Amino acid sequence: MINRECGVFQTTYRGDMALYPVPLAKASYGLLLLVLLALPLAADSHKMAIINLIGLASVGAIGLNILTGYTGQVSLGHGAFMMVGSYTAAILSARYGMPFWIGLPAGGAVAAAVGAFFGIPSLRIKGLYLAIATLAAQFIIEWCINHITWIGGGAQSSIYVPTPTFFGWEINNEYRRYFLVLPVCVLAYVAAQNLVRSRVGRAFIAIRDRDVAAEIIGVDIFKYKLLSFAVSSFYAGVAGALWTYYLKIANYEHFILSTSISYLAMIIIGGLGSVLGSVFGAVFITLLPIVLVYVVEGIARLFGFTYFTIADFLANLRLIIYGGLIILFLAIEPEGLYRMWGSIKRYFRLWPFSY
Amino acid sequence: MAFFMDLFVNGLLIGSMYALVALGFVLIYKATSVINFAQGDLVMFGGYIAAAGLSLYHLPLWVAAPVMLVLMVVLGFAVERGVLRPLIGQPVVSVIMVTIGLALVFQGLAAMVWGAATINVPLPIPLKPFVVWEIFISPINVVAAGLCLGFLVLFAYFFRRSRMGIAMRAVADDQQSAMSVGINVRIVFALSGAPAGLASGIGGIVWGNMLGVDTHLSLVGLKVFPAVILGGLDSVPGALLGGLIVGGVESVAAGYIDPYVGGGTKDFAPFIIMILALMFRPYGFFGREIIERV
Repeated sequence: MINRECGVFQTTYRGDMALYPVPLAKASYGLLLLVLLALPLAADSHKMAIINLIGLASVGAIGLNILTGYTGQVSLGHGAFMMVGSYTAAILSARYGMPFWIGLPAGGAVAAAVGAFFGIPSLRIKGLYLAIATLAAQFIIEWCINHITWIGGGAQSSIYVPTPTFFGWEINNEYRRYFLVLPVCVLAYVAAQNLVRSRVGRAFIAIRDRDVAAEIIGVDIFKYKLLSFAVSSFYAGVAGALWTYYLKIANYEHFILSTSISYLAMIIIGGLGSVLGSVFGAVFITLLPIVLVYVVEGIARLFGFTYFTIADFLANLRLIIYGGLIILFLAIEPEGLYRMWGSIKRYFRLWPFSY
Repeated sequence: MAFFMDLFVNGLLIGSMYALVALGFVLIYKATSVINFAQGDLVMFGGYIAAAGLSLYHLPLWVAAPVMLVLMVVLGFAVERGVLRPLIGQPVVSVIMVTIGLALVFQGLAAMVWGAATINVPLPIPLKPFVVWEIFISPINVVAAGLCLGFLVLFAYFFRRSRMGIAMRAVADDQQSAMSVGINVRIVFALSGAPAGLASGIGGIVWGNMLGVDTHLSLVGLKVFPAVILGGLDSVPGALLGGLIVGGVESVAAGYIDPYVGGGTKDFAPFIIMILALMFRPYGFFGREIIERV
């Protein structure tokens, strides 16, 4: 991933699909893992919180990328599937006293079922029609959680969750939460990376590229579309459940339409059809508002404004820059950060002896 | 029965206002095949300009309305040229995302220029409702419905009869063939944003008068999707029919179901109808059926 990949001359398909194209790659993955494990040593609590947010976003983004980037089914309801996972985990933990390591997969499983159900229209419709159908899923799920008292718990639809513990080890600060988020993230990344290289992943890609042709060569479109919805929603559900344990509260306001949109922005900016790209996108979209605040505040200070006099202005400016960046990004690099990363890597492949 | 009729008729009147917003959407889709998620924000922008002119600068209506419409036409033109046209032929996801980005820019811009407070759009229309066959109807709804119907008829006529309208349909159908029969595709594209801006501007005035103008006005745009799916994405009469159905359904559903579930039916009933429509007739009542060949 981060190493140079020169001297790769594939002669087998197997070799072409390998996760580690050169021996150095294994070492570089190991190094990356070490860096990730050692990260809490170098960051304060505030930075850890940001890193955790990136981790949470990555899981959801990888899930959406499986559906939208690999299978080509646009979804505007990803936030709603996260909501399902979040509330499932909250109900299990708060009302039935289940530990988080049951709540996480359970949230994923329930979300997968709901996601597969809302994926049924994808049999008949696709493209922008499907996007609008998933938009409906967003509203319908949100409405159900808000109005069915058993799920949302009545007013405000908030469920408080006790601090998750792992065999007596309370996960109660940002550093400890990091070690809750990191394993899930790594697992999600590796699982996705392997899924898309498998038979199932190839079926997804075939459907994305040309569904009619895929059907002719024997891919069961309906099955794989539903499977893609289920897998993607499983990721969403796990991400939602992780949010719940992270914030110790399940609230629908974290997963509204704008959440779905920002996940879509993540995978587009990161790169459609790339697991690593989803992570890039998650980093970008999570950091964007934080960095913007710093930058704009800094500029405002230069002109003698304090934060409070420009808070309103700042909020609106953030919206404009956020929207503008999305438009600009799609105009300049429609294939996203992953493509940029690839270009940089290619440039250094034979460096300094490139001709 | 009186209760039902009351809900239904008022729903239809609201529905005609949805139809107007849907019309702006359909006009852009017809010309460029771009699905515009910023439609609600165009309406909001129109509402803001009208509200600013009438409430903040105290212009008379006969000055403010034409100025607003001209500005909206210019805006529609600019959006089409600057943002939507480069998207022709791009994958659906990118198109959706860019128009969503555009929506965010509009929201930020409007709130930055005019502030976050709700502004009224005062119109010289009496507030007192009148009663027809035991149904309460407020005059603004009737005026709005009349305006909407007028515009819909105008646009339907424009696309059926006028030279420019037919040229637009031809370009939407197949750019190359249109070019080969001598249609100036560039000019057609340039003009296709303008009617959408016009429709959004009118929508902004009537919706702004009803709800007051703030950034939440853009949520009106979300109701456009059930309406256009029901009617067919590329059909002007479809926008009217879809808008009316959405208005009627949400009003009746809200009236009967809300007391049991505690509100909110309005926001999700149209989407249920839409899902059903997608299952059985994905191209809507009047939409063009797309046949795929390998």
